[in-house]
Amino acid sequence: MAGVAGPATGSGAAGGDGDDSLYPIAVLIDELRNEDVQLRLNSIKKLSTIALALGVERTRTELLPFLTDTIYDEDEVLLALAEQLGNFTGLVGGPDFAHCLLPPLESLATVEETVVRDKAVESLRQISQEHTPVALEAHFVPLVKRLASGDWFTSRTSACGLFSVCYPRASIAVKGEIRQYFRSLCSDDTPMVRRAAASKLGEFAKVLELDSVKSEIVPLFTNLASDEQDSVRLLAVEACVSIAQLLSQDDIEALVMPTLRQAAEDKSWRVRYMVADKFSELQKAVGPKITLNDLIPAFQNLLKDCEAEVRAAAAHKVKELCENLPMEGRETMIMNQILPYIKELVSDTNQHVKSALASVIMGLSTILGKENTIEHLLPLFLAQLKDECPEVRLNIISNLDCVNEVIGIRQLSQSLLPAIVELAEDAKWRVRLAIIEYMPLLAGQLGVEFFDEKLNSLCMAWLVDHVYAIREAATNNLMKLVQKFGTEWAQNTIVPKVLVMANDPNYLHRMTTLFCINALSEACGQEITTKQMLPIVLKMAGDQVANVRFNVAKSLQKIGPILDTDALQEEVKPVLQKLGQDEDMDVKYFAQEAISAVAQRLRKLDFPVKDSEEPSAPGADKNHFLRPRGPGEDTGKEGAAVRDSQAPR
Amino acid sequence: MKCFSRYLPYIFRPPNTILSSSCHTEADIISTVEFNHTGELLATGDKGGRVVIFQREQESKNQVHRRGEYNVYSTFQSHEPEFDYLKSLEIEEKINKIRWLPQQNAAYFLLSTNDKTVKLWKVSERDKRPEGYNLKDEEGRLRDPATITTLRVPVLRPMDLMVEATPRRVFANAHTYHINSISVNSDYETYMSADDLRINLWNFEITNQSFNIVDIKPANMEELTEVITAAEFHPHHCNTFVYSSSKGTIRLCDMRASALCDRHTKFFEEPEDPSNRSFFSEIISSISDVKFSHSGRCIMTRDYLTVKVWDLNMENRPVETYQVHDYLRSKLCSLYENDCIFDKFECVWNGSDSVIMTGSYNNFFRMFDRNTKRDVTLEASRENSKPRAILKPRKVCVGGKRRKDEISVDSLDFSKKILHTAWHPSENIIAVAATNNLYIFQDKVN
Repeated sequence: MAGVAGPATGSGAAGGDGDDSLYPIAVLIDELRNEDVQLRLNSIKKLSTIALALGVERTRTELLPFLTDTIYDEDEVLLALAEQLGNFTGLVGGPDFAHCLLPPLESLATVEETVVRDKAVESLRQISQEHTPVALEAHFVPLVKRLASGDWFTSRTSACGLFSVCYPRASIAVKGEIRQYFRSLCSDDTPMVRRAAASKLGEFAKVLELDSVKSEIVPLFTNLASDEQDSVRLLAVEACVSIAQLLSQDDIEALVMPTLRQAAEDKSWRVRYMVADKFSELQKAVGPKITLNDLIPAFQNLLKDCEAEVRAAAAHKVKELCENLPMEGRETMIMNQILPYIKELVSDTNQHVKSALASVIMGLSTILGKENTIEHLLPLFLAQLKDECPEVRLNIISNLDCVNEVIGIRQLSQSLLPAIVELAEDAKWRVRLAIIEYMPLLAGQLGVEFFDEKLNSLCMAWLVDHVYAIREAATNNLMKLVQKFGTEWAQNTIVPKVLVMANDPNYLHRMTTLFCINALSEACGQEITTKQMLPIVLKMAGDQVANVRFNVAKSLQKIGPILDTDALQEEVKPVLQKLGQDEDMDVKYFAQEAISAVAQRLRKLDFPVKDSEEPSAPGADKNHFLRPRGPGEDTGKEGAAVRDSQAPR
Repeated sequence: MKCFSRYLPYIFRPPNTILSSSCHTEADIISTVEFNHTGELLATGDKGGRVVIFQREQESKNQVHRRGEYNVYSTFQSHEPEFDYLKSLEIEEKINKIRWLPQQNAAYFLLSTNDKTVKLWKVSERDKRPEGYNLKDEEGRLRDPATITTLRVPVLRPMDLMVEATPRRVFANAHTYHINSISVNSDYETYMSADDLRINLWNFEITNQSFNIVDIKPANMEELTEVITAAEFHPHHCNTFVYSSSKGTIRLCDMRASALCDRHTKFFEEPEDPSNRSFFSEIISSISDVKFSHSGRCIMTRDYLTVKVWDLNMENRPVETYQVHDYLRSKLCSLYENDCIFDKFECVWNGSDSVIMTGSYNNFFRMFDRNTKRDVTLEASRENSKPRAILKPRKVCVGGKRRKDEISVDSLDFSKKILHTAWHPSENIIAVAATNNLYIFQDKVN
């Protein structure tokens, strides 16, 4: 584009010479107002192209004012716009003109949609870095003040996120003002704004001088932490983490801990939940000494909280808490101060609490070592393996690897088996599905012998489950097992059982054989596929159920690449051609798909294909719309798919 | 009753503030009325799934005494009739409730709900229009691409004010039974929706998930003895809400205590008077509406014959009980037969919590002054509502002798009922929905 002189544009602009360079841009500009959201979105995403073509001056004087008033659009368009503007400094003439981007972003920072507002704030933060200190005070700080004193709370919430970026670069006087504005937002009338302020409190504290943190942030923090709105108080817990990181141990004890203790015992369970949820962060922020004195007792209380949500959140943190305790004396502390509470939770009344605990409890074994695990944790694992709630059992089983490393899985295997069997036969198919997904992992841990002896029959039983999702998962499971145990194992244990199902009276089971073959052929390799699987598939081509027959066609297409050319030419092709003449149109369709795939493969192997062999499909145009159509096939043209693939070489 | 002509003399505004259609169809029946937080806007919902918003005209400086009238601001179709194919159920489009959100930017937001789905609507103004295309001229004719020598950036030009309503969120698939109430929490972040057996808590930003906070569904539906009839959040305490039941009781729950509020914190119930016991006792004690006072200290409930005011600190009986139409007590049998006994009357507070208003039959509505203990019956009808006329108090004759101006109980029209009313949050302006008509009355004194 460069080099073409534009009649009325500024430096670097393109124009003049019409269609070549201008036409696409003209289209883009017009599509900013297209009725189709997708086209508008597309144009907004290419805003930099438009700006480049207009040149910096017209971008500043025409494009940006237009965009400033475009806030009526759909959220996704506004979101894209807010994002684009964050990288626009170069397109408006560099850092000296960065302030020109403030008006459109300011209007985006007041829309009601949070994601758009957040993106606008993010872009504003980005642009603030490109302002010179003088421009920052001349343009950016006034914008922050405007937003912070706006009539509507959307603008005030947006302001909260901007203080921390302009504070470090402002002069002393302006710093004082900024702190003043932040203070007033922390005591805003609307909870929305107080929430925004509370969530940015930690971030703002980080850029403040330590004295100001102590004299100003801590009182704000204390106030927010005792706000009448639960939703504000719970955000103060997060701020607690950042503030504690800035202060010395003594200051934490004096300034932060009273509030944190209060939060851990808050009347509202949502606040206590937040403390439990942020426990690891809090633990790291306040340091080991306060953790031992204050946090451990608080944690014990959270573990026996009256609200199940809180207990569950605390139970989730058990492992992390233990990991982060100082190495010295860790074992005794866990054994004396944490484990008794965990034991209680194993028999909690709420299943979410139990399953939360079950998802982390296995991790304790690496921390406590072999002896403690066998003596103290193992009974708990065993109890959980017998839990009435399947999720608890599943969580234990899915984390077996942790225990395997410490004590070996044999300790558990006697209890494991009944638990697995029970889950495998659970009435809820989602539970069965979950345990199937752990099978390859379990097989790896337990070894091939144990598997053959105890679990193999389960894996086979799933193949004839009455829920399709289970049968499907079971076939995938077989494939993973073969990858783990090797082809020889497959040939001896799996393949014969799968192939027997080909004679099952239930056509769904016969189809499962085909699905298994699809999944297993690759893992088993050419020999097994050709010798054992192919004959069965070919035999099933004569099945009386059409669904089986067209799945034969699909299977043949699937295993085609594994077979050698002889088998393809001599065995597969005749069968497919026969299926291509089938009376059922779906069978015919899939057979033709397969024929063309096989033909393509044969051609690649440089095997001659005679044109006369091309099958035609009389009557295939009937009900054409009823079945899916391949991309290369045109409506009503018989055999088009085949002709297409056999185009002149 | 003279005092009321001073205290509550409402002028009926000129006819343009009536929402009505000459041939009234079922779809035009107003099903909910609600002022926004400033009173500047008034929204109505109808059985046809439409929402109509009225805006108060700006008060001009030179006409201080002429108060702004309410004119139609925006009309939109909020809900459409649907069919639940899984349950073979028709879902009516009727708007059950409208609740305004606190204003957050230049646009207005409201929640509207039918039996199953709550929607968040944005009502916004647009007064500028972009002009100028590159590929089209002013008349919309395509230009020859070859003639394009410069790029045109669209310019915004003023245009006539356009008000548009856009659906911002749809909160669906969370209610098995019919939604009877929605209420916005004072944290401005959440709201609740209540159906016959459950109450769900939603976040405004999240539509695919809600939390069940109350569930009174018994394991065996044959053991069902009561249903939730209404629910509301406390105006200031984000953790407190109340719900009323068909047994005439009110439960107050504290969401701080636990995630599931099955166990109430307070239980308001008046012991039944055994002398008044009859076949209809249970039906008429069912609460049709519950409202916190603006101060948050009291709750008001409406049952079939009375309005009661309860102090939050006294659970065993209401502090005030007002008879709405006690003369109907003798007619309960026929009201049962024509199903009127199941009508759900709503009740409202005035801005300072000193007056209560609720509806009755024959297009009558009632007001009770809590301080003076006086009450008045007024009628919303086209005949007696000439512009600037003062509403005359009406009286229903109870005894045998009927005086002039009195109406006998037997001549009341039970098909004309006032179920929905609203009171301006700070001024003496009321909106009364009488079937397909909306009447807006306002205090004469100011």
